[in-house]
Amino acid sequence: MRLKTGGQIDRSTALRFQFDGRDYCGHPGDTLASALMANGVRLMGRSFKYHRPRGVLSAGSEEPNALVMLRSGGRCEPNSRATVAELFDGLQARSQNAWPGLKFDALAINDRLSNFLTAGFYYKTFMWPAAFWEKLYEPMIRRAAGLGAITTAPDPDAYDKGFLHCDLLVIGAGPAGLMAALTAARAGARVILADEDFRMGGRLNAESYGIDDIAGADWAAQAVAELASLPNIRLMSRTTVIGAFDHGIYGAVERVADHLPTPPEGKPRQILWRIYSKRAILCAGALERPIAFANNDRPGILSAGALRAYANRWAVSPAESVAVFTNNDDGHRTAADLVARGVKLAALIDTRADAPHCPGVELLAGAQVTDTSGRLGLRAITVRLANGQARKLKVGALGVSGGWNPNLALTCHQRARPLWDDAIAAFVPGPDLPSGMAVAGAATGAFSTHAALAGGAGMAMQALADLGMTGTAPDLPRAEDTPTRITPFWHVAGNKRAWLDLQNDVTVKDVKLAHQEGFRAVEHLKRYTTLGMATDQGKTSNMGGLAVMAELTGQSIAQTGTTIFRPPYTPVALGTLAGRFTGREFRPTRLTPSHHWAVEQGAEFVEVGQWLRAQYFPRAGETHWRESVDREVLATRGSVGVCDVTTLGKIDVQGRDGAAFLNRIYCNGFAKLAVGRVRYGVMLREDGIAFDDGTAARLAEDHFVVTTTTANAVPVYRHMEFARQCLWPDMDVQLISTTEAWAQYAIAGPNSRKLLQKIVDAEFDISNDAFPFMACAEITVCKGCPARLFRISFSGELAYELAVPARYGDALIRRIMAEGAEFDITPYGTEALGVMRIEKGHAAGSELNGQTTALNLGLGRMVSTRKDSIGAVLSRREGLNMPDAPHLVGLRPLNPQSRIPAGAHLLEIGAQMVAANDQGYLSSACYSPCLQSYIALGFVKDGQKRLGHKLRALSPLTGEDVEVEIVSPHFIDPQGERLRA
Amino acid sequence: MIIDHPLLGPCDAQEFTYKGDACLIDRPEGLGDGAEAAFHDYAYLRDNPAGLHRELWFHEQGDRSWLVVTRNTLTHEIVGVELARDVARSRGRGR
Repeated sequence: MRLKTGGQIDRSTALRFQFDGRDYCGHPGDTLASALMANGVRLMGRSFKYHRPRGVLSAGSEEPNALVMLRSGGRCEPNSRATVAELFDGLQARSQNAWPGLKFDALAINDRLSNFLTAGFYYKTFMWPAAFWEKLYEPMIRRAAGLGAITTAPDPDAYDKGFLHCDLLVIGAGPAGLMAALTAARAGARVILADEDFRMGGRLNAESYGIDDIAGADWAAQAVAELASLPNIRLMSRTTVIGAFDHGIYGAVERVADHLPTPPEGKPRQILWRIYSKRAILCAGALERPIAFANNDRPGILSAGALRAYANRWAVSPAESVAVFTNNDDGHRTAADLVARGVKLAALIDTRADAPHCPGVELLAGAQVTDTSGRLGLRAITVRLANGQARKLKVGALGVSGGWNPNLALTCHQRARPLWDDAIAAFVPGPDLPSGMAVAGAATGAFSTHAALAGGAGMAMQALADLGMTGTAPDLPRAEDTPTRITPFWHVAGNKRAWLDLQNDVTVKDVKLAHQEGFRAVEHLKRYTTLGMATDQGKTSNMGGLAVMAELTGQSIAQTGTTIFRPPYTPVALGTLAGRFTGREFRPTRLTPSHHWAVEQGAEFVEVGQWLRAQYFPRAGETHWRESVDREVLATRGSVGVCDVTTLGKIDVQGRDGAAFLNRIYCNGFAKLAVGRVRYGVMLREDGIAFDDGTAARLAEDHFVVTTTTANAVPVYRHMEFARQCLWPDMDVQLISTTEAWAQYAIAGPNSRKLLQKIVDAEFDISNDAFPFMACAEITVCKGCPARLFRISFSGELAYELAVPARYGDALIRRIMAEGAEFDITPYGTEALGVMRIEKGHAAGSELNGQTTALNLGLGRMVSTRKDSIGAVLSRREGLNMPDAPHLVGLRPLNPQSRIPAGAHLLEIGAQMVAANDQGYLSSACYSPCLQSYIALGFVKDGQKRLGHKLRALSPLTGEDVEVEIVSPHFIDPQGERLRA
Repeated sequence: MIIDHPLLGPCDAQEFTYKGDACLIDRPEGLGDGAEAAFHDYAYLRDNPAGLHRELWFHEQGDRSWLVVTRNTLTHEIVGVELARDVARSRGRGR
């Protein structure tokens, strides 16, 4: 119900909203929780396991209970806390985990079965038979015990990422945070003040006491106004600092448009900020913890401080008649405020026999709440008085205070562990805070307003001093400075279920069971009972669970310890973490210079790392990719084909020591490579395994161009820089990656020279004598365009690679196609490229797979023993040179039309299919249109000596089982006559 | 983390690629006696200190310097950053 007066809400404006299909009204300044409460709604959800009716517990982001689905369609967001969902006109919310409806939930039967559903019941009950777990038990449990359902519709909103820098980050805008920000900002420091609420002020907005002579909320508003007038501060409300990372870096989520029906045009819904701070002050306040007692989970039972906040800030009360149950003086403050706000207070129940008198309130000192009633919401509580008599009180709401825990989660995100403080019966921040972080206010355990103001100012002065800045200590305004008086009390003894963790339905009994079964360490307790898991991460429940376990083990709470706090502080939507990096923007797309031309040709494309490469070029009438690929292969081998090979890595190597350097990078010799010549080279890792292969062309005495595979362009460059800077720092050699600088085309086939002679300028003789196999030269094409020509061949044909500066790449492909028309030139894609290299027996990524050596690849003799090169020594070790070491071989099916699955393993015919019988595996397979047969490359134990031997190629994955013959990997032109033609 | 690059000043660690222990600078001689044992140790044996650790970082999204970063593996505090080239030279590496 809404109180007649007060509250920081705009009563002149009505906001319409829906909950479970019913229409309600609220006001600007309301949260969904306060607005529902104003409309008399206490029941907001069903619990996770037992489907018990639940309402609001808190007034903040720590809320374990009031989780709803917000919005609809692609914007639907499950597990949203009603306590922080800012109300807007047209907001739609639905309850979750209830079927068919909130008031009658069929699965509430679980509550009757609770004796069978205690901690660990999944593991005990659904153990057998094992096969039932995946198919029956788990889906059943998941359906029954769940939170909200995610939408499968795409999210229409944008999420951004941003970076901010500051001298001082202040986390939390309560009295401590505001005072810290004022002190630092007045001194000229660059300050960021981040607060998760939509209204800054923290508890000042929720309390009745004043600062100086004005209301606390008004003082906060004045402070915010002064801060807003300063140019050197950034005020970030609706911003949750979610993690403290290394070196003063903080993560924060700003909810830019969550309080609006849809984000304004061009604005993101949320922003994930990375904040680089020199100093930070954590002013995150404190969180109230409940007391466990029988049936303490009914709608209408709230934290006392929340009950007070709803009355003061939002002018609402869950019921007309309320009671308060406390073990500390702060509960008295709630009682007094409720009375002052005109709410009927049935009694103040204090566990302490010596509880102080509270004016105008009936105090039941030394009493405890032993039970409650009310099916869908609290109707009455039973109190055991100090004299042992029971008394029933008819109330619709109960505020419970078990004391306050400093909100120290962010202090523990690095390695600090909290310390127990007996004076306030709570954990306080320990030493070893994240570097640059200080803590002020209630987060340190100093709970009075004066302590908060003084702490904020003091820590800001310290930060300014650390930063070498001078500030002026502010005159502290007058504020309450009441001491904390508490007698720890965690749970009321009894046999009925008393909830510790409302979100996970963990009761005192479950902790007892965990103890009984030996799960006594806090981390075990958490996993066994699920205490403190899920969206609230136990913000209100962990402490109670630890205390009960401490009681059972006879240890102190300090000895019992806490579980580790980890980021994020509150749940973060995956969309926010993804930012703009979704769909096609997941990573950059690199286009080859011939891309637009290839699109015009109707090419199909394939992603190769970040690159988009033409896979094949279908022609009219071709209905299957194989038709296109077979045609491209035959046309290339029959006349001439062209393929964009720009994606291969290119590294420019210059300097007097270039040759000596490459001689150490490649396992084979490069020192004596003549100018104008290209050599194939293999790079090894230092452990002797093959790393990458490619060519190095010597354009001048001190100038080489190294090519790498597409996939390894970046790692090879990194590796070469490592060698240059860390291993041989005084070599005169410079490296630069020029992969994108040159457009490069492979022109392959018997007519490739004739075609090139039409393109290469006449002064350059590219006849076989003048420009033989493995020649290279800097030339010009198309009347003066600078170019590089390499006579190298991946296909096994007479072939060249022609490179021009990338900006001429589009023009060059069009010229090649025009000039090649008389030879019926055919563009080919990566599929035909792959077929031709398998036919030729050239290794590629599937063979250079991080497990193979030069020996395995049939290149063992390339590893020079006369020089020191990277990987050479360990490539010679015994284990890599066993007599049965695998060799790269070719494989042909006995029936040429039997497809061979790549990845198949090889077995002797008749051998049992067990790993011990494994003879090797297939790395690459394709259909060879030239041989009119399926063919494959693979590694077979001692394969080179077993040519002609027959094996089975077996793929348990696809069920294929093919008899194959071991052959030479060079299916085509084994003597290399074509490429030298 | 922030790495204070000796030439460029503070840079976010995301700009870097990590390699490992800076002892990789001390590559053994490949042609001498006992090379295989020396390379075994070089390739496979590492200390795993809880505390200060000298390690190689490559400024891949930056100036492509290899750096030797001295980092406390317990706290992530970085107490020193040097150009790997300078470290290599000081350890007797040349051509």
